[in-house]
Amino acid sequence: MQPAPLRTTPLNATHRRMGAKMVDFGGWDMPVQYSGIVDEHLTVRRSVGVFDVSHMGEIEVRGPEALKLVDYVATNAACKLKIGQAHYSALLYEHGGFVDDILVHKVADDHFFLCVNASNQDKDYEHIAGHNKFNCTVENAGSRYAQIAIQGPRALETLQKLTPVELAPIRYYWFTDGEVCGAKARIARTGYTGEDGFEIYVNPHHSPRIWDEILAAGAEFGIKPAGLGARNTLRLEAKMALYGHEITASITPWEADLAWIVKLDKGDFIGREALVKQKEQGITRKLVGFEMCGRGIGRDGYEIYVDGSAAGWVTSGGPAPYLNKNIGLCYLPVSQAEPGRAIQVMIRNQPVEAVTVPTPFYKRAK
Amino acid sequence: MYPQNFRYTKEHEWVNVEGETGTIGITDHAQKELGDIVYVDLPKIGTIAEKGKAIGSVESVKAVSDIYSPVSGEVVAVNDLLSSSPEKLNEDPHGAAWLVKIKLASPAEVADLMSAAEYQQYAGEEQ
Repeated sequence: MQPAPLRTTPLNATHRRMGAKMVDFGGWDMPVQYSGIVDEHLTVRRSVGVFDVSHMGEIEVRGPEALKLVDYVATNAACKLKIGQAHYSALLYEHGGFVDDILVHKVADDHFFLCVNASNQDKDYEHIAGHNKFNCTVENAGSRYAQIAIQGPRALETLQKLTPVELAPIRYYWFTDGEVCGAKARIARTGYTGEDGFEIYVNPHHSPRIWDEILAAGAEFGIKPAGLGARNTLRLEAKMALYGHEITASITPWEADLAWIVKLDKGDFIGREALVKQKEQGITRKLVGFEMCGRGIGRDGYEIYVDGSAAGWVTSGGPAPYLNKNIGLCYLPVSQAEPGRAIQVMIRNQPVEAVTVPTPFYKRAK
Repeated sequence: MYPQNFRYTKEHEWVNVEGETGTIGITDHAQKELGDIVYVDLPKIGTIAEKGKAIGSVESVKAVSDIYSPVSGEVVAVNDLLSSSPEKLNEDPHGAAWLVKIKLASPAEVADLMSAAEYQQYAGEEQ
């Protein structure tokens, strides 16, 4: 049997032409790096980088009761969103574990635009459509959009050259519909790097030209294309969750330190009952940050020991290029999760000293 | 690119035999594939290495890769440079960033490793 061919974004030929190193990322042929993960990471922190994130899925929910459906399937309170505003939210199973983490954009009273993880888009679509008791139109719209992220302190100046939309008034986690390089674009002040920046959603057909124009516009700031490698190290420094790592079907938002995206008082939603119950009983484990003290790097999946016994596991770990430390996130028993606790990360059967620390590891100066 | 006097493994290590000692390293192809190298874990002096078995690891930002010994024998020297400057492996993998020196238990072992020309073709095909 032939393996399924990798899915590609409309920028695939661009990545190959520009010499990116390509990898199979959850069934997608994606650039993991261009000039190098550390170089790309530092460029985003200090100036501006551009990412192809067209593999991300988009799901459109439309109809007079679109708000009801979104508030029924997602944990955050979409009823609080104004038109043009977005927020981070989650889709849960009845038992309170994650289907996915998502961004919800309110386009109109009867239209919500969800950005979901690439490898989850079909699952998410089935999940939402399967709970559509509100007669909404739910569209799995990933193939209609290319998504490009422009991230870093010079992102605004870069993108501003390419759009008549005044970008400065767009607040963090707000968006507007306008044009970029003469093509229709949804321009959102969102990102997955811990920096200021924008994510634009455009017609796939126009995306190679827009990508090239972004690179030209940012040339004076030293813009660089960045891959999924830097995207991962950047989000880890900023302690942003990654599906399959910090959040999974067996983890709840309380455990994942994401209580802020759960609004129990907004009315019923899928998973609410389980979350109420877990809140009453209290959680037993929670997500905490750590820094390596000894030589070695705690990696995803490594075991954590506390006081000589197995206590938890690393969800994401690796070098933090901007902080110049080896950091990670892990699940630990609540009783052992306070910052400053000495822990050991098992690296190839050897315990290596680490310490729990407050998060985020990195927070940009406002 | 690939020194003629070295021999190469399919796992992208090289060995340079001088007398009874083999100097071990990873190839330029390997360092390029790994990307930014941030940590190198090497065996202690006195460790007995076995051909084809892991003797340490190299970590890039993204991943951990085992280093497989191209030869059997006792580790007689370890490159301390790499504990403070692992990035040297990206800069000079065939020179200053050698990993360990091994006193060969059986010098005939190197015969079945690849020559520079063979390795170059092998690494090229793998891409």
